[in-house]
Amino acid sequence: MAETEKTTVAATEAAPVKKAPKPASPGTQALRKVVSDVYAAAWTAKEKGEPVGWSSSKFPCEIAEALGLAVVYPENQAAGIAAQHDGERMCQAAEELGFDNDICGYARISLAYASGVETTNESRRVPMPDFVLCCNNICNCMTKWYENIARMHNIPLIMIDVPYNNEVTVSDSQVAYMRAQFDDAIHQMEKIAGRKFDEKKFEQACANANRTAKAWLKVCDYLQYKPAPMSGFDLFNHMADVVTARGKTATAEAFELLATELEEHVKNGTTTAPFPEQYRVMFEGIPCWPDLRALFKPLKANGVNVTAVVYAPAFGFVYDDMDSMARAYCKAPNSVCIEQGVEWREGICRDNKVDGVLVHYNRSCKPWSGYMAEMQRRFTKDLGVPCAGFDGDQADPRNFNQAQYETRVQGLVEAMEETKKLKEARA
Amino acid sequence: MSIEALVKEFAEVAANPKAQLKKYKDQGKKCIGVMPYFAPEELVAAAGMVPFGMWGSNDKTISQAKEYCATFYCTIAQLDLEMLLDGTLDLLDGVITPTICDTLRPMSQNIRVAMSEKLPCIFLAHPQNRKPAFGLKFTVDQYTHIRKELEKISGAPVTDEAISEAIKVYNKSRAARREFVKLANAHCDVITPIKRSAVLKAAWFMPKTEYTELLTALNAELSALPVCDWKGAKVVTSGIICDNPKLLQIFEDYNIAIAADDVAHESRAFRVDAPESGDPMMALAQQFAEQDFDVLLYDEQSSSNRRGEFVANLVKESGAKGLVLFMQQFCDPEEMEYPSLKKALDDAGIPHIRLGVDQQMRDFGQARTAIQAFADVISL
Ligand code: SF4
Ligand code: SF4
Repeated sequence: MAETEKTTVAATEAAPVKKAPKPASPGTQALRKVVSDVYAAAWTAKEKGEPVGWSSSKFPCEIAEALGLAVVYPENQAAGIAAQHDGERMCQAAEELGFDNDICGYARISLAYASGVETTNESRRVPMPDFVLCCNNICNCMTKWYENIARMHNIPLIMIDVPYNNEVTVSDSQVAYMRAQFDDAIHQMEKIAGRKFDEKKFEQACANANRTAKAWLKVCDYLQYKPAPMSGFDLFNHMADVVTARGKTATAEAFELLATELEEHVKNGTTTAPFPEQYRVMFEGIPCWPDLRALFKPLKANGVNVTAVVYAPAFGFVYDDMDSMARAYCKAPNSVCIEQGVEWREGICRDNKVDGVLVHYNRSCKPWSGYMAEMQRRFTKDLGVPCAGFDGDQADPRNFNQAQYETRVQGLVEAMEETKKLKEARA
Repeated sequence: MSIEALVKEFAEVAANPKAQLKKYKDQGKKCIGVMPYFAPEELVAAAGMVPFGMWGSNDKTISQAKEYCATFYCTIAQLDLEMLLDGTLDLLDGVITPTICDTLRPMSQNIRVAMSEKLPCIFLAHPQNRKPAFGLKFTVDQYTHIRKELEKISGAPVTDEAISEAIKVYNKSRAARREFVKLANAHCDVITPIKRSAVLKAAWFMPKTEYTELLTALNAELSALPVCDWKGAKVVTSGIICDNPKLLQIFEDYNIAIAADDVAHESRAFRVDAPESGDPMMALAQQFAEQDFDVLLYDEQSSSNRRGEFVANLVKESGAKGLVLFMQQFCDPEEMEYPSLKKALDDAGIPHIRLGVDQQMRDFGQARTAIQAFADVISL
């Protein structure tokens, strides 16, 4: 899951633009720079002969940050490659290596890349890894994906394992297990970095990560306003920053800057969304990166703004000590029980006042899509809003059917209209 | 009893788990469904209940499970849910739901929700960092939870003594199954693929004391036979499950014997014993920690290709000439390990075929063609 790209779909690309796209705001530009810098830093490290790591999106980034290790994020890379329409070719390259086309598209793209297949998306080229950091809180696919990279390159793998949780709370037993793994990971990463773990730097990284998380949540919260000062699709783009650079000051600052811009829009009653908002929906799941335009088109045509995305609460890791940090990392979207998943979603649906829910049954992501049908029933029951599901894939365009999607969006719009009328009649 | 009579008993059990379930319930016993993988069945036995393996079904169709599950999930998990929904498993008193793959994670939730008024669901999350002390501790914590939940169902405490006893019973049963696998290889003229499968499958639906007694008798009969001079081909099977008699019939039709297996439903489930001394809960955790060479488990030495090489060695040591991989559709763990397995087999000069299968498969025409061609290749 998690990741993203700096393609500014909502504001520019997805809309069939006749005039030149509006220049991005300073906040958005700052956010893009943060991500570019992460990629550039990896290349610089490689040139200097320093080790470069590849990390899963929800590995505790604070450790590498404290050790000054350069790290890039294959999920972000894969999303970027997919968004720039090189996903299918990369997926097929992985299939030629023997990886089945049922496997998560991110994993396939990344494994193809790791095996030496270069991408046409120059902004997402990365140096080959000297070590890999795997945290399987989002899925177990991650475990085998990273093992495969370790095997291809004969490099060390640092594993932080987060067992799936059946309860809303994180047990002390699980925290103890996590804490011990953190210590182990630090120890192994010290060897890779060739320097001692610096508590002060770690505290700073944690402070930055918390500040980023809070600024991110603040940005997400602006979607509560009616009309929303932006399209929720923009959040997908900004995800790149929470994924690749949570522990950096520049990230926190860029989000804070974006927040002031949104504040201004709210004050002026303006928005960067390229159409007037008639309906508000939650978009459930990872978007289909290769088909952002196709996703956006019928939404725009019907005045449907995405005002809630599950990523918002899912990446707001706020904590104050090692134990609560361990607890925070246990709460990734695919590591929590259905009750927690429903609570997150219904919370943002209520806060962000949605009229409906659009559910992506994502062929790539089994842990995510596996209990969506039940969730859908709960949304309808608890929130009284209509839901519509469509079949797609975050990275492999072969699994997305545009005609089906359009029909489902149409159905959702009609259902939302119906509900609106009923409400008005009752009022 | 004759070999034929013994095998027949196993085959009857394997073919009709529902009747088995009823039989134990009629005896006043409680039964616990155990989904894959690595659940500590010993605890169920120690609680005085009968563990019942849940590995999908070869003759059911997914229908009610569609209410919970999109199509792109393995049929094993979906059919387990189906059997819980359609009443096939109504006689169960509880079900253990492990969550070691990405399908089983959400499935544990679907099952708990769907069964909320019908059946207690006992959740199990194994750690992947299972070997270090902290991993062992986490496994013990998880197993302690299972123990408590089982006590609620049985209404009586599960004592350490009972667990130690169950460990002995299970070790014996695992040893007997390992022995049987070897004997089946040496006597593959008598123990054909269908029979081999039935004998091993029955273990999931019988209390182990009963099962081991029967299997020991069969092993003794087999040991007394002269080693067969097999003229046909021999393979190792690999994958999650390959218990469909129709599929195995094709092996028999082309004189292909199974020399050994790397199958989750078979040998992967009885490779490792639990220590018989010390704290029994820790012994069970240790047993899980020592599981290895498995597509589902994290390999601390992942930069080498240990699993692939392990399987390639298995082929060589068993005297097989090739490997048949039963690839369950939508099974990420198996699919992710395939290129590494392929590499190890290619490096060792071992031919293999990969057969895409699922439990709703009813037409085996393609499989037949592939197996026949493979038999020709390895008989050269
Ligand atoms: S399976 Fe899902 S959670 Fe895992 S990497 Fe793929 S998209 Fe992300
Ligand atoms: S390991 Fe494979 S076959 Fe088994 S439940 Fe998971 S996906 Fe299904």
